[in-house]
Amino acid sequence: MNQKIYFGELKATKGEIHIIRDRCKGCGFCVEYCPKDVLALSDEFNIKGYHPPFVENEDNCVYCQLCENICPEFAIFVTKKEEEDVEKG
Amino acid sequence: MNDEARQKNPIEHLLRMDRIPHIWCPGCGIGTVVTSFAEALRKSNIELDKIAVVSGIGCTGRVAGYIKLDSFHTTHGRAIPFATGLKLANPELKVVVFSGDGDIFGIGGNHFIHAARRNMDLTVICVNNFNYAMTGGQVAATTPTDANASTAPYGNFEQPFSIPYLADAAGASYVARWTALHLRRVTKSIQEGMDKNGFSLIEVITPCVTLYARRNRLGDGLNLLKYYYDKSEIKHGADTRDLDISYQGKLIVGKFIDRERPNFIDAMNQHMSTVLGDDYELYGRINND
Amino acid sequence: MKKVKADPKGVLTGAHYLDGDFALAEGALAAGCRFFGGYPITPSTETAERFSERIPRVGGIFIQMEDELGSIASLIGAVWGGKKAMTVTSGPGFSLMMENIGLACMMETPLVIANVQRGGPSTGLPTLTGQQDMMQAKFGSHGDYEIIALSPDSPQECFDLTIEAFNLSETYRVPTFIMTDECVGHMHEKVVIPPADEIELVERKWYTGPKEAYLPYKPDKDLVPFMIKAGDGYRFHTTGLTHDERGYPVINAECQKVNVTNIIEKIRKNADKIIKIEEDQIDGAEVVLISYGITSRVAVRAVRLAREAGIKVGTMRLITVWPFPEKRIKELAPKIKAFIIPEVNYGQMVREVERSAAGKTQVFGVPHCGGWVHNPEDILNVIKEAVK
Ligand SMILES: Cc1ncc(C[n+]2csc(CCOP(=O)(O)OP(=O)(O)O)c2C)c(N)n1
Ligand code: SF4
Ligand code: SF4
Ligand code: SF4
Ligand SMILES: [Mg+2]
Repeated sequence: MNQKIYFGELKATKGEIHIIRDRCKGCGFCVEYCPKDVLALSDEFNIKGYHPPFVENEDNCVYCQLCENICPEFAIFVTKKEEEDVEKG
Repeated sequence: MNDEARQKNPIEHLLRMDRIPHIWCPGCGIGTVVTSFAEALRKSNIELDKIAVVSGIGCTGRVAGYIKLDSFHTTHGRAIPFATGLKLANPELKVVVFSGDGDIFGIGGNHFIHAARRNMDLTVICVNNFNYAMTGGQVAATTPTDANASTAPYGNFEQPFSIPYLADAAGASYVARWTALHLRRVTKSIQEGMDKNGFSLIEVITPCVTLYARRNRLGDGLNLLKYYYDKSEIKHGADTRDLDISYQGKLIVGKFIDRERPNFIDAMNQHMSTVLGDDYELYGRINND
Repeated sequence: MKKVKADPKGVLTGAHYLDGDFALAEGALAAGCRFFGGYPITPSTETAERFSERIPRVGGIFIQMEDELGSIASLIGAVWGGKKAMTVTSGPGFSLMMENIGLACMMETPLVIANVQRGGPSTGLPTLTGQQDMMQAKFGSHGDYEIIALSPDSPQECFDLTIEAFNLSETYRVPTFIMTDECVGHMHEKVVIPPADEIELVERKWYTGPKEAYLPYKPDKDLVPFMIKAGDGYRFHTTGLTHDERGYPVINAECQKVNVTNIIEKIRKNADKIIKIEEDQIDGAEVVLISYGITSRVAVRAVRLAREAGIKVGTMRLITVWPFPEKRIKELAPKIKAFIIPEVNYGQMVREVERSAAGKTQVFGVPHCGGWVHNPEDILNVIKEAVK
């Protein structure tokens, strides 16, 4: 029912990553399991003295939400990125 | 990006954010299982106000204190009988027991088998980290033979329980086992368990990085999360007699049992109305019209 | 405190010939108890049997749990699910319940536990009487707390005091005990059950304010917090850990002080309202005999014989055993020659009398090791010695 017909180039869903740095305990789960190597642990310390992740290349993010689902601290989550006029035609 | 102010983690409304950060160690898997549970709550059609969480005592026992639902942090081993009373008193509740292996299968083992036998309509999520973590990594009823623990410094020579086998034998309606890294499968099993009209058990093999991993030289949380996952093999419907866990051996995971059997209240209603006839008023019938 | 009339469904109005154990069950049903979780143990089993027969017909739940650890835990859960709940046991089962009695105190959970006492220690005398768990009722769980305990001396009082126990337990949100014994439990007598509209019940202290403002452990003026039940949308938390008004654990001495003081003071400060004693011929008495439960009935004969011998004996029967009526004892102590306390144990409540009398008069216990009640002569002899 809810079909959308794309005439232009079909774009994969992209994610926008949100990291609550001071909530992170630096376990590295998200970095390790991100299938697209979007994340890396930073050298900086957060308020609790852990190394939180940072977004290395957001363009690669495919909004799989794995980082969000694996984080034991509820410190990272992803929102769907506004897609730029996909319906060109 | 990184704008904490604008957006909130979509599970925050299910958590007591005024108590976060939680007490669990960096790299502990319990938080991940909580995230999977919160996902199940988000996806579930069950009204959140009608879901209650009951925990016993232990690292995992602290879960009740972080979930923003009606939540009860009880005593060591007694989460299941507490939940039994809660459910029977207010049958419209969906009652989830979330606790550790020591709590549910050590000190509380007797309650577990009886709740399963009665097919009490409860969903039990058991974080199995193979030890009594809260008290410092002592040997548990689930510690694999040969693994080391603070009260088994020469290694464990006892045979552990196979949780799914026990649950099956005792009569549970739904039995699944996953590792904490099986995020979406854990979520799905919890959902299925909650939708089940009877006793369900979801065992989640979870890293205890600080104690079990360290004592057994299994690396950090990340290593252990991966290790359990790599050792796992999915076998839905596997014979529950074949699910023993050996130290560093294979971990058979999957959904093993999913069957229909009248739960405690249904069995009571059916039996009593047959025997007592009009003298008996059906108990806990929720009027949905 | 909101009072309501009993639901006629549970009230077996009329005159009956019941034993104390059955009367406990009938009292509970009249009081609106609709959850029973228990485990069989002599000499209390008849109460469970009565519940199993009666409660399904009045819309309640009977469940025979796997042990007493489970029974008491199921009760606390049931109360948070909105029901009034009761269990019944005897010594060994009472011991098993102790940890969760502390949980009930900490969670401020109203519930009723009857202990039909038998001789101990250990398995002791399953079928024979005792009053040896009186101190355990007060101090058996670890940590500091207060409870309420009543002691009936007849099947009629088993009925009446069970209603009273529910009312007190709801008023103060505290576990309340009925400390009866094998003799009273198995004694058959006439029990008159009044019509439902003559039975006054205390309704649970339900919270009615705005949801967002609810704090599960914020004491009201009488120090008792308002209660809610699971499923009503409060998404509250409660724990056995030391906690703040939100019910959140706080592990420090300051919070401990507030939390523990509150669960203690709500009983101590209301002790005058809670305590019920029955006195006879106290004015001008030389000695006062204090007793409770079955021993009060045995003492009647000793007192009559003593009075016939010209000794002025006053009597005090403890209907409430905990909190202990220390004020009254203190008041009487300087006016009399002695207190005499027969009890079917080696000296339990007598310690409370000694403590309250604080050396202002003599205190004589009349110990009994259990298995049977006192010989009235033994009590009489102590009375005679006290006035010498
Ligand atoms: C009656 C009682 N005995 C012992 C303890 C101490 N104790 C607290 S937690 C715990 C073990 C918890 O193990 P588990 O349930 O596996 O939880 P984990 O900490 O591993 O998540 C023990 C023995 C207690 N609190 N109560
Ligand atoms: S959503 Fe998926 S791809 Fe994007 S950062 Fe998270 S894990 Fe990586
Ligand atoms: S998973 Fe969470 S806690 Fe761990 S590093 Fe990533 S953001 Fe930090
Ligand atoms: S001790 Fe083990 S189980 Fe407990 S919080 Fe730490 S890692 Fe987790
Ligand atoms: Mg454990």
